[in-house]
Amino acid sequence: MKIAVCIKRVPDMDVRFRIGADNVSVDEAGLKFDINDFDAWAVEAALQLRDKNPGSEVTVISLGPDVVQETIRKALSMGADRGIQLKTDKVPFDGLAIAKALAEELKTGGYDLILFGKMSPDSSNGVVGPMSAELLDLPCVTAISSLEIANGKGTAKRELEGAQEIVEFPLPAVLTVDEGLNTARLPSLKGIMAAKKKPLEVKSAQIPQQQVKVRKLELPAERKAGRIVGEGSAAVPELVRLLQTEAKLL
Amino acid sequence: MAHVFAFVETRGADLRKVGLEAVTAARMLADKSGSGEVHALLLGPPGLSSKAAQIGQYGADVVIVAEHAGLANYSPEVAAATAADRIKSTGYRAAVFSTTAQGRDLAPRVAARLGVGLVTDVLSFEIEGDSIVVRHPMNIGKVIATIAITNTPALIAMRPNVISPTLNSRASRVETMQPTIDPASVRVKVIETRKGSGGKLDLAEAPVIVAGGRGLKAAENFKLVEELASAFGNAAVGATRAVTDDGWRPHSDQIGQTGRLVSPELYIAVGISGAVQHLAGMRTSKTIVAVNKDKDAPIFKVADYGIVGDVFDVIPALTEAVREAKKQH
Ligand SMILES: Cc1cc2nc3c(=O)[nH]c(=O)nc-3n(C[C@H](O)[C@H](O)[C@H](O)COP(=O)(O)OP(=O)(O)OC[C@H]3O[C@@H](n4cnc5c(N)ncnc54)[C@H](O)[C@@H]3O)c2cc1C
Ligand SMILES: Nc1ncnc2c1ncn2[C@@H]1O[C@H](COP(=O)(O)O)[C@@H](O)[C@H]1O
Repeated sequence: MKIAVCIKRVPDMDVRFRIGADNVSVDEAGLKFDINDFDAWAVEAALQLRDKNPGSEVTVISLGPDVVQETIRKALSMGADRGIQLKTDKVPFDGLAIAKALAEELKTGGYDLILFGKMSPDSSNGVVGPMSAELLDLPCVTAISSLEIANGKGTAKRELEGAQEIVEFPLPAVLTVDEGLNTARLPSLKGIMAAKKKPLEVKSAQIPQQQVKVRKLELPAERKAGRIVGEGSAAVPELVRLLQTEAKLL
Repeated sequence: MAHVFAFVETRGADLRKVGLEAVTAARMLADKSGSGEVHALLLGPPGLSSKAAQIGQYGADVVIVAEHAGLANYSPEVAAATAADRIKSTGYRAAVFSTTAQGRDLAPRVAARLGVGLVTDVLSFEIEGDSIVVRHPMNIGKVIATIAITNTPALIAMRPNVISPTLNSRASRVETMQPTIDPASVRVKVIETRKGSGGKLDLAEAPVIVAGGRGLKAAENFKLVEELASAFGNAAVGATRAVTDDGWRPHSDQIGQTGRLVSPELYIAVGISGAVQHLAGMRTSKTIVAVNKDKDAPIFKVADYGIVGDVFDVIPALTEAVREAKKQH
């Protein structure tokens, strides 16, 4: 089986962001970057499938400037077989522009399975997977939390509002990965050494014109400081009074 | 003419509140851009057409009804093809979707089919010349972006609960159409549907959410949360990742960075510490109440009203008080 996983380098979210001097990007000074969690789960799913299906190969693809090679090496050190960087100076916000560039590359690969994360936390878009599937005219299941592949057919679980669906799909197919599918392995020392020798191809990305552009970034208004109403169940009447009179919610 | 399209989400043959929000948003866009009409698509099983008049009351001039017995559940392929074909053939200024599990699946497919840009999780919108300018949270809500969409139609998916469905009655016309692909011909087949534990109200549309964390100590204690939710009558139940990881609740109930993003009128956090990843999913709630025994828990930094105390002491008392308050109405 040939499996591709599209992976994105994203900043650690556990910080207070600052807006860059250009007003349209986040100041990257001091930020730590790593593979998007959803994408790490997608890589893990691909590795598990490869190990069950001898002769399989896992390719990871990341679009971005040279720093994404670190992210690709991370996936290679987890165990992926080869990497492709689609090189561009800046990752656009426009999800369709990213999907088009990825689809251009993906359509030449002869992949049986193409995996994406459900969403990247920086763009908070959640669109590139299903967009790529449409551009490639492949069957697509989004936000899966279980996966099995056998005899050229896949079965996955997907969460919808108030329900879970078990779906069946033919290969080749595109899937986007939700939390709960697996726990991503950490690179072993041996994996890190091996990754250095694995092929990482650099190609220039074909990014079409962007139709969706960030004009301005701002920090959200801080929530007004709240108050402690009281301690224990004795505080309940006062809370209910506040919900009725101030918040007008009861 | 600047007509605007709205995709009205349904569950079976029932309208969802987010569907009415999409119609309301489309009405606002049509009015802001001149004298355009709102065309709302209702796609689902037979029986939906009886809901057309209700869509008209929220401002749709045309209600497009596409019924098919094979559409008891959301079908991504049928919905994407039908919406995209209709949008293409009529030519709209904008098309409005919802940022729900369904909408997150559908809107990008439609955008790719039409070759146009899309912004999801939209908090607000304006028309500025040839662009529709929207606000969208980035970096798990820690940064707010103002984004210009220059393509026509401009595709936006609204965050649930940021627009209230607003009556704006029209003498609407009903058009019927066939789904543009046969539901039996889709490539991805649903072989089983399992009902979630969330009850009737979904997290995306509930005006009140009662969410529980590890402070509840065990799965069976979640009944405290469920009872408080049922005392409100209009509340859904949510959870932290600690809770879904332990299997006390399904992953679909998880609120936060890797779970659902919600913004109800009232969010009650029960035994939740308030980790950044959890706050990412609920900090835009209008009013936040927290009950936690640790007065230094970070949840109190975002809570409008906090009670420092043991959930096993406070929540039953609160449930009783809410029941009483509801009775007096
Ligand atoms: C990449 C990543 C993504 C994540 N995504 C999410 C996400 O989407 N959603 C999410 O929720 N988390 C997410 N997390 C996990 C998050 O960091 C926290 O671990 C989690 O939110 C903690 O859940 P909790 O508040 O239930 O548990 P805890 O942090 O253990 O807090 C329990 C709280 O209950 C209080 N308590 C204990 N006993 C009582 C009592 N008897 N009465 C009253 N209070 C009591 C304690 O004081 C404590 O504050 C993510 C983490 C990572 C690294
Ligand atoms: N620059 C990129 N390079 C490779 N994959 C990407 C890139 N951007 C997004 N993706 C993929 O698309 C998914 C969804 O991203 P997004 O639509 O930005 O939320 C991610 O989890 C990745 O799998």
